[in-house]
Amino acid sequence: MGETAEVMSEARDAILARVKGGLTRDDDDVARRAVTERLAGHTRGLQPKRIAIDQEALVDLFAENAQAVDATVSFVNSAADLPDAIADYLRSRNMPAQAAIAPHPNLDGIDWSASTMDVHRRAPKADDRIGINRCFAAVAETGTLVMASGPDSPATMNFLPETHIAVVAASEIIGSYEDMWDRLRNAGRASGEALPRTVNMITGTSRTGDIEQTLQTGVHGPKALHIVVVKEG
Amino acid sequence: MTVHNLTSRNFREKSTSALEDAVLQGNLVKLKDNFLARRTKAKASLPEFDDLRDASVVIKKHTIAHLDLYLEAFEASVKASGGQVHWARDDTEARAIVLEICKAENAKTVTKGKTMVGEEIGINPFLEAHGMTPIETDLGEYIIQLADEPPSHIIAPAIHKNRQQVAELFNEHHPHLEPRDADDVDGMLADARTVLREEFLKADVGITGANFLIAETGQTVIVTNEGNGDLTQLLPRVHIALAGIEKVVPTLEDTMTIMRVLARSATGQEMSSYTTFSAGGRRKGDLDGPEAFHVVLLDNGRSKLLGTPTEDILRCIRCGCCLNACPVYGKIGGHAYGSTYSGPVGAILTPSLAGLSEAHHLPQASSLCGRCEEVCPMRIPIPKMLRHFREEEVASGMAPASARRGIALWAWFASRPGLYRTMTSLTTGVLSRFGRKRGRFSSLPMAGAWTSTRDLASPQGRSFQSQWAKRPKS
Repeated sequence: MGETAEVMSEARDAILARVKGGLTRDDDDVARRAVTERLAGHTRGLQPKRIAIDQEALVDLFAENAQAVDATVSFVNSAADLPDAIADYLRSRNMPAQAAIAPHPNLDGIDWSASTMDVHRRAPKADDRIGINRCFAAVAETGTLVMASGPDSPATMNFLPETHIAVVAASEIIGSYEDMWDRLRNAGRASGEALPRTVNMITGTSRTGDIEQTLQTGVHGPKALHIVVVKEG
Repeated sequence: MTVHNLTSRNFREKSTSALEDAVLQGNLVKLKDNFLARRTKAKASLPEFDDLRDASVVIKKHTIAHLDLYLEAFEASVKASGGQVHWARDDTEARAIVLEICKAENAKTVTKGKTMVGEEIGINPFLEAHGMTPIETDLGEYIIQLADEPPSHIIAPAIHKNRQQVAELFNEHHPHLEPRDADDVDGMLADARTVLREEFLKADVGITGANFLIAETGQTVIVTNEGNGDLTQLLPRVHIALAGIEKVVPTLEDTMTIMRVLARSATGQEMSSYTTFSAGGRRKGDLDGPEAFHVVLLDNGRSKLLGTPTEDILRCIRCGCCLNACPVYGKIGGHAYGSTYSGPVGAILTPSLAGLSEAHHLPQASSLCGRCEEVCPMRIPIPKMLRHFREEEVASGMAPASARRGIALWAWFASRPGLYRTMTSLTTGVLSRFGRKRGRFSSLPMAGAWTSTRDLASPQGRSFQSQWAKRPKS
């Protein structure tokens, strides 16, 4: 990349010089300080009033908003109830009880063998019809799931299988997107990693309006999104 | 510095033929019942919507006032998270950068998420000319790639096609699949899923655009509904994100404020199905994701807008809302504009990036009704900018001679109030005498351009100024 690298750094300097030339700035140091402070400040903007409610109401709001964008939501009391609940869901949809499952610690401790579920602990393959994974959080404001990529959570699980089953704890349902970034930053600080490589915010199923502006679901990603909320744990 | 396949000079011919295109007219009629009506509903269900618009404007103004510093910060953050940043002064440099990355990968299949910058720089024909196969994976972009046409709407690129045309294209290009009837939209969707899934799996490089570049974290953000953008950037070995330099925002918090107005303005959704933040390449222990992550920052004329009357267009977040609201776009569609960017925003961006002489018809294609500014989430004063370009057009002698002479004549009278009053009251008197009975004229000397398509109302009585002069004084 020898010659191009030179052109590139020339291009970089030229663009930055042109940008700076177009701006009127009295004091460069003041501007630099303003930028540094802004980047470190994480100052929140306006938070919608709809989320100024208690935790129980947030869970309801989340479920309501997720259902409004064609997701289905069910509740279980504890993680141990997940295999039967997911098997029931698949049976009701006439789907095979066979799924790829993310190697997430919160899903590992569950005894799947007691149910009819046949789960494969790995990243999804192209022909997996069903994928199960664990959310990092869920945002009540718009019924949005938050998935954080990592060794225990392949991002492709959110997109390759036709049916996506996402598990979230009721205590992980938060009000706003900003709450989510705070939690992700804190998790990052705890583990020594920066933010996850991929953060997916998922609001409903895959959809398109590209043929005559008529809304159709399931074009490239999941045709069905089922969310299981675990009340305890 | 140019916009790929620019044909804005042919605006008159193209808009005339668009008006005669029955399929296009049928599709455009649905715009206001769909996108625009849904936007109104989404706005109504979020009481803070207008305050969020104001907040978004403040964020973008601050960012643009410190654009060089935020671009430097973004570059440093991308590097810190293991990605690479490339700077392109113009379309030629951007294409060369993409090509070099693809060549180093020995790429054959290159999947693409929807990217307007990709359209702006004409990346597809360029990669094809170098022996690679670029595959558009957004359904609308895939349809127009099969048809070999440019997008006609920022967020709904195939809006000019109806289901019959899509079925014909699919049947022609998917000979190995069952032929589809025009009413079998589900079937066409299934076919697109089948065909493109194979491409996703064999792609060597994935190219997407970016809705935001976050200076704080070095993340690129894509906002989509289909999930194609994610499969494009997750499955191949290399992800390239193409973005204009104006896409940078300071922090995650700033991004979320703007996000709250983006989908609501675009499709009327509260949130698009998939909003994805990406930083760097695959990390230790990751089970998927690209090994390499590149961001190409494109200037292509953007920096020269700073400090000019059209600087505010750099706030644009490409929601397409102004197209949906525009009565002119609603009649002629996107292709008439002859540019990657159509509608009101295109009438500003195209002459801004490519030069007014290339696109001076576009700022004329407006009644200055102001609906674009009214709905714009970024409150961009588009009508003011259109007037600016119209002034430039006259000042630089690009306007037709007859229009310039007419305006000069009017200006000569207007700067002589006494003469102006005499002339207008004479004209009013004559027109009103001849036209009072019918109330309108179906033809008039020197007004043929008007009366060829509609009648001119005749004045009733005396002119305003003479009535004003004779009003009872208190």
